[in-house]
Amino acid sequence: MSKKNKVLLAILADTLGERLVCSSDALREVTIEILSNDLLSIMRLLKETETLQFHQLIDISAVDYLDYGKGDWQTHSASSDGFSRGVGSTRLSDNTEDSRRFCVVYHLLSVEHNFRLRVKCYLSEQSPRLDSVAGIWAVADWYEREAFDLFGILFDNHPDLRRILTDYGFIGHPFRKDFPLEGYVEVRYDPEKGRVVNQPVSIEPRTLVPKVIREEDWLHSSKPQSEVEDA
Amino acid sequence: MPEIRNLTMNFGPQHPAAHGVLRLILEMDGEVIERADPHIGLLHRGTEKLAENKPYNQSIGYMDRLDYVSMMCNEHAYVLAIEKLLQIAPPVRAQYIRVMFDEVTRILNHLMWLGAHGLDIGAMTMFLYCFREREDLMDCYEAVSGTRMHATYYRPGGVYRDLPEMMPQYEVSKWRSEKEVKKLNENRSGSLLDFLQDFVDRFPACVDEYETLLTDNRIWKQRTVDIGIVTPERALELGFTGPMLRGSGVVWDLRKKQPYEIYRDLDFDVPVGTNGDCYDRYLVRVEEMRQSAKIIGQCINWLKANPGPVILEDPKLVAPDRESMKGDMESLIHHFKLFTEGYCVPEGEAYAAVEHPKGEFGIYLVSDGANKPYRVKARASGFAHLSAMNEMVQGHMLSDVVAVIGTMDIVFGEVDR
Repeated sequence: MSKKNKVLLAILADTLGERLVCSSDALREVTIEILSNDLLSIMRLLKETETLQFHQLIDISAVDYLDYGKGDWQTHSASSDGFSRGVGSTRLSDNTEDSRRFCVVYHLLSVEHNFRLRVKCYLSEQSPRLDSVAGIWAVADWYEREAFDLFGILFDNHPDLRRILTDYGFIGHPFRKDFPLEGYVEVRYDPEKGRVVNQPVSIEPRTLVPKVIREEDWLHSSKPQSEVEDA
Repeated sequence: MPEIRNLTMNFGPQHPAAHGVLRLILEMDGEVIERADPHIGLLHRGTEKLAENKPYNQSIGYMDRLDYVSMMCNEHAYVLAIEKLLQIAPPVRAQYIRVMFDEVTRILNHLMWLGAHGLDIGAMTMFLYCFREREDLMDCYEAVSGTRMHATYYRPGGVYRDLPEMMPQYEVSKWRSEKEVKKLNENRSGSLLDFLQDFVDRFPACVDEYETLLTDNRIWKQRTVDIGIVTPERALELGFTGPMLRGSGVVWDLRKKQPYEIYRDLDFDVPVGTNGDCYDRYLVRVEEMRQSAKIIGQCINWLKANPGPVILEDPKLVAPDRESMKGDMESLIHHFKLFTEGYCVPEGEAYAAVEHPKGEFGIYLVSDGANKPYRVKARASGFAHLSAMNEMVQGHMLSDVVAVIGTMDIVFGEVDR
């Protein structure tokens, strides 16, 4: 753990107190988890506290934890037929806890103190909504629109929550894990109608490389990244 | 009294000054912009989702296509994120090569930006001048990776191969006489490093040329001074990074403040502006080109003196060389496993950012221990910059919109992802 991160964690524990669900320092990055109800007040604190001054919101990204930790290829299920590649179009069982399906991850940067911080906020499958931070950082406007567009996360009190990256009239939230990679519709030009039309996709889902989860022990043989203090 | 109402104008997505596929809905009172609503996503290819469905190494090429005028810098962030999760560090020589090519890329990007920005607001010559120098740097890309743009050169653990001993030569053809070819090949007789050294030596004079055309040019100043002013406080709130932030006078450069690779050993300056207008951002970028040339020079000296490996020798991560693969069973198996399945990355999450020519380009990577990333999020600086469009053009004239688009250095590959 680097000195700088230790300092940051101490300040965070001091300022946030019990509202800090958990905090960690892994790979030299500080991550904290908070509850969605506290989001606005905590974000304000992070920005305005003299010792933190997170004046910059670098990024907001949503994560859908639906398939987390599930591989396509279960090698222990070998039978007389050999191994199954297990990558049909059917979905694997959904056993993620509903209350932690989505996560909104904020990356903050303090130019004054040279701190970086990751704030995570888990949301349930039933109500993926939380407060908008667009009033705190203007840049959040578009980042939240993006998270809404791609993951269907709703931001309360957002000034203008519209789709941003997908097409006009697009249906669904494409970056969710239950949205197929090839999508549902494709567009083509219809010469008879004289316009572009939507039709069901004609491409078949195909997985070239199945997702495999392995415990690799070789990693420790490589030389570790040198612990360097940030200037 | 005639009825006066605002005019709504549609700008793009096929307008040449829109730098790609930007569609702007402009609400105007006469020629003054009251509101600008950028519609983006026309180039959305779902890069992040695609990357989540491929082994790690297969997505490096996608990163090139994000910001397609600064290819290797995108790769750099992605590769750094993987390396962070794997907890490995590339050999020092690879780090120098990466830094050198990052700076080559920065010059490439800024030349493209300067040419296009100039062209947009009436300086045709700039485009021709800038592309003349870009050509040489493109040749460096080609020499090292085989392609002029989408290099896929950086790999987790280092770079794909060492710098070539020979530069590709021009050949005599129907269009090029022997005399011409001889002249073209003059500075290509040595290695790539010699060629780059030659470039670095003559490049400052080229920048002087650009500056004679623009810096004190009356028309250029009329079009850029006091256009799109952003205060430092506002720049931070709007998520500005890179030259956009420095143009407003905030001294912030990841290469200095959170150095990655070997930037801490290099000597260079970070230019900042004072007024935060288009002209200051122009000056910042021009100075950055000079500084990049300086960095490249330092890298060349080091690389010439210090031969060594350019990628880790870890068969689980890096493909074995062709020769051993043909003769050695182990290598063949490693090769097969690497190319059919890839490698598994330990569970965790990492955010790696680089000082991209346009700003902070970061990759947020979540791994669940599989051979494919669970979530890849590309933090593109252009996205944040473009979101400030409305604020920056309000109260300006229609023609200034073009100047503001130019000054943002927008590339839709990264904005739309």
